[in-house]
Amino acid sequence: MAIKIGIPRGLWFYDYYPLWKTFYEELGAEVILSNPTNKKLLDQGVKNTVDEACLPVKIFNGHVMDLKDRVDYIFVPKMMSVYKKEYICPKFCGLPEMVKHSVSGLPPLIDTEINFNKSRRHIMNTVYQFGSYVTKNPLKIRNAYKKALTAYHDYKNQISQGRLPIDGKLSHDHNQIKSNPANKRIALLGHTYHLYDSFGSMNIIEKLKEYGVEILVPEMINMKVINERAATLEKKMFWSYGRKVLGTALYLQDQQQIDGAIYVSAFGCGIDSIVGDLFERWTRKNADIPFLLITIDEHTGEAGVNTRLEAFIDMIDWRKRDEGNLSAHG
Amino acid sequence: MKVTFPHMGNQYMATKVLLDELNVENILPPECSKDTLEIGTKYSPESICLPLKINIGNYIESIRQGADTILISGSCGPCRFGYYSIQQKEILSELGHDLNFILFDPPQGDYKTFLGRIFQLTGTKNPYKIIRALAKGTKILYQIDALDDLAYYKRPRQKQIGEVDFYLEKLHKEIRNAKGYHEVSQLIQKTRDQVMTIEEDPNKEIIKVGIVGEIYTIIEPFVNLNVERKLGEMGVEIEKSLKVSRWLTEHLYLHPLGITLEKEITEAAKPYMKTMIGGHARETIGYSVKFAKEGFDGIIQIYPFTCMPEIVAQSIMPTIEKDFDIPYLCFIVDELTGDAGYTTRLEAFVDLLKRRREMKRDEKLLSGY
Repeated sequence: MAIKIGIPRGLWFYDYYPLWKTFYEELGAEVILSNPTNKKLLDQGVKNTVDEACLPVKIFNGHVMDLKDRVDYIFVPKMMSVYKKEYICPKFCGLPEMVKHSVSGLPPLIDTEINFNKSRRHIMNTVYQFGSYVTKNPLKIRNAYKKALTAYHDYKNQISQGRLPIDGKLSHDHNQIKSNPANKRIALLGHTYHLYDSFGSMNIIEKLKEYGVEILVPEMINMKVINERAATLEKKMFWSYGRKVLGTALYLQDQQQIDGAIYVSAFGCGIDSIVGDLFERWTRKNADIPFLLITIDEHTGEAGVNTRLEAFIDMIDWRKRDEGNLSAHG
Repeated sequence: MKVTFPHMGNQYMATKVLLDELNVENILPPECSKDTLEIGTKYSPESICLPLKINIGNYIESIRQGADTILISGSCGPCRFGYYSIQQKEILSELGHDLNFILFDPPQGDYKTFLGRIFQLTGTKNPYKIIRALAKGTKILYQIDALDDLAYYKRPRQKQIGEVDFYLEKLHKEIRNAKGYHEVSQLIQKTRDQVMTIEEDPNKEIIKVGIVGEIYTIIEPFVNLNVERKLGEMGVEIEKSLKVSRWLTEHLYLHPLGITLEKEITEAAKPYMKTMIGGHARETIGYSVKFAKEGFDGIIQIYPFTCMPEIVAQSIMPTIEKDFDIPYLCFIVDELTGDAGYTTRLEAFVDLLKRRREMKRDEKLLSGY
């Protein structure tokens, strides 16, 4: 019987899951995804995580709970760093430990360390370690990895064309919105595990689409351009996500092609408290772009978010219609 | 150039001596107070951690006294402390304070910038002079940390409660007017002698508690609501997982050489946490295990609200509590922390520890038959 590997639908899932799924399927394992986030799953997660942790971590633990009784292994890699001299949030670095000590009765975790902070030279070693849970055949692992990479690049490509992976499923073509003419263009920022989790983000993407808003996410901007901008920062941004957001901020300032920016953040997110704050300061100061910050946690009421979104969109509309560019000071 | 720097416990004495010895004019920020916190909270982003808010308060209070340059150390992730400098600069410049920041980051290969910053601060390229000043600063750091250790020992044993802190407070006041290594060192020595002679009460039962957590919150007394004094006067002798002197030796002198004195701690933490994850999470875990093995009565973890590495540590702490059968209390501090609630929790915890000890003693007595 094939080994069953469970992949929780949380955190890095939205960035990498085609890579891992293809990889393990090519090796002959059965990959089981947890259910999309729902109320019960969230409650389970909240109950089994320290109070102080942020919403995404609680949701992640909920997904782990959802998987633990029906798989042989749960895939919780220790993601330290994916680019040179960069890190991911400390909670990611300690995630396997956090999961292990918060959820009881777990099957073994696949908690191989991914750390390319010093260099990427040992990348194949890491891949073999991941593969060794299923097979010891290095050739097979290498081939599976190649196929997985193709699937991953294809996935990234689709996203960059505007097909957003809501709950892990690529949405319909983005162009369909354009036919129902989009009158506004809004940049939507936030961790992928907020934006694409329809329950956690209270379906913010769908809501914006209903308002006829064309959405721009950082993944749709050429990575090279973002990196070039980010390289001009005074101090190197050491979070990969932070580099992406700050690079985007600088890019948007120059382009002046958007009507507003919405930043979705989890309550207590340490990275957002720096990156989100700098983004806000820069867009306000240098670019005159309206900015809305939506902070979510497990208590967030949907009505409040709706009202704020509506008000924000109205404000942009009025700004477009009524802006006479007259000085208010006479 | 008038240099100022943020507060962090007793670190200010060493930094002051370092700058004095280099003949750099410096402004010591006023002691952290409610005002400092209020100023900091007003201008900082809401969800940032407490140390940044206090830093901003320190800067603004120093700017009012004429400071124009800020000296701060940094890191390169993954804890958000690494980006403090940029954000602080941004906040201050929006307030109209265009100050000069001198930032000491780990060089990460870029020694030219690093040395450039040292020369900018010191105004000299004479390495002998710089090293001598640095050595003196470090010496002060060790002296003051030794004095702290003595205070931890004396506080629970003093016959007249408050005597230790009477001398320590006097020291803090006097150091503001002292200048240079010689004067500061003598003041510390004098206080040490005074604390040594404090009369002890031999009948007091002493409870031992290990304090772990995020470095800033366990070191800065204003932020942790003076936990060491509160505990001390309840009859608790403490030991802290982190000290500035140790941190400096580890990061500034040994780390570039690839040596570490913390190997024991890393090993102790290994079964619970395999790698470093930024901040002091691994130290928190490692020292908790160490304290538990050394027979401490309890462990208190303190960290600022939303601190990422400590949250990871916090989720592991209950396992350590179970594995070693040691009571554990977690304090999370932010600008809304109230003194009374905090004290009540401390008192309850200390009561619990005393009771546990009594029970253990009774058990021994009974099983002795």
